[in-house]
Amino acid sequence: MKASVIVFPGSNCDRDVKVALEKFQIPTTMVWHQETTLPPTDLVVLPGGFSYGDYLRCGSMASKSKVMHEVIKHAEKGGYLFGICNGFQILTETNLLPGALLRNNKLKFICKDVFVKTVNNRIPFTKKIPDQKVLSIPIAHNEGNYFANEDQIKELQDNQQIVFQYCDKQGNIGLANNPNGSLLNIAGITNKHKNILGMMPHPERVIDTLLGGIDGEGIFQSLL
Amino acid sequence: MKFEIFVTLKKEVLDPQGKAVESAIQSLGLSNISNIRQGKYFTLDINESDQTKAHAQAEEACKKLLANLTIEEYSIKQLS
Repeated sequence: MKASVIVFPGSNCDRDVKVALEKFQIPTTMVWHQETTLPPTDLVVLPGGFSYGDYLRCGSMASKSKVMHEVIKHAEKGGYLFGICNGFQILTETNLLPGALLRNNKLKFICKDVFVKTVNNRIPFTKKIPDQKVLSIPIAHNEGNYFANEDQIKELQDNQQIVFQYCDKQGNIGLANNPNGSLLNIAGITNKHKNILGMMPHPERVIDTLLGGIDGEGIFQSLL
Repeated sequence: MKFEIFVTLKKEVLDPQGKAVESAIQSLGLSNISNIRQGKYFTLDINESDQTKAHAQAEEACKKLLANLTIEEYSIKQLS
């Protein structure tokens, strides 16, 4: 398994995710957004941050940058593609994942640990996480309010594309534990072919007890 | 040719910013004002003398970048 982390102007979780990947012995190359080729890679990561200063819409400018042509080709060939936070926003802006991420319903930037439930552990990114496992992972975003139209939501449900949902410590999914207004408490989704994962929580921030937790490890272990 | 473009959230998409602006407006005593929706406004020049072609280019800009058609809709108006 080899990984590439795409670096956009304004990315700020790129090195965190590199540290996380390398902790699990995944050799990682950083790739600048103006590159027109990718190094040989099995996994491409779109990291968190504020690419292009969140101008126009979060992720919209990054989705049109040069390297994204190669990233889209990589994903279309079945390569793994993982977008975290701003990376998730970029994935929806490229239409690689359905829906969009709107302003949080309370209009506040939210930076805190939340609980998410792993509702699909049959994809390459979650296959080593026990079914329905509740994980504590931090979120840090202003636009994480997942929205999709009725048809898209039905399709997500029919194809089991919802991967993580916000919940409480016991795993109850409901309005009381929805931090940002996301439809169906959606925190992360996959595509139909299950080779792309987008999620708002930051698993790369919880891979070491010294940093406050290890609940993010399951995703990186699943990729090995 | 000069165009102006409005990009707004679709009716079915909640607009919490618009709601916040609305409650601030009402707290100023302007209680007759309601249903505030916030959007984006662009002006742009298109170096093209054919009106149909210019309009088509503005349309393409909206579809490809200025609006996210999952959540937004746009309107284009020619200014000159």
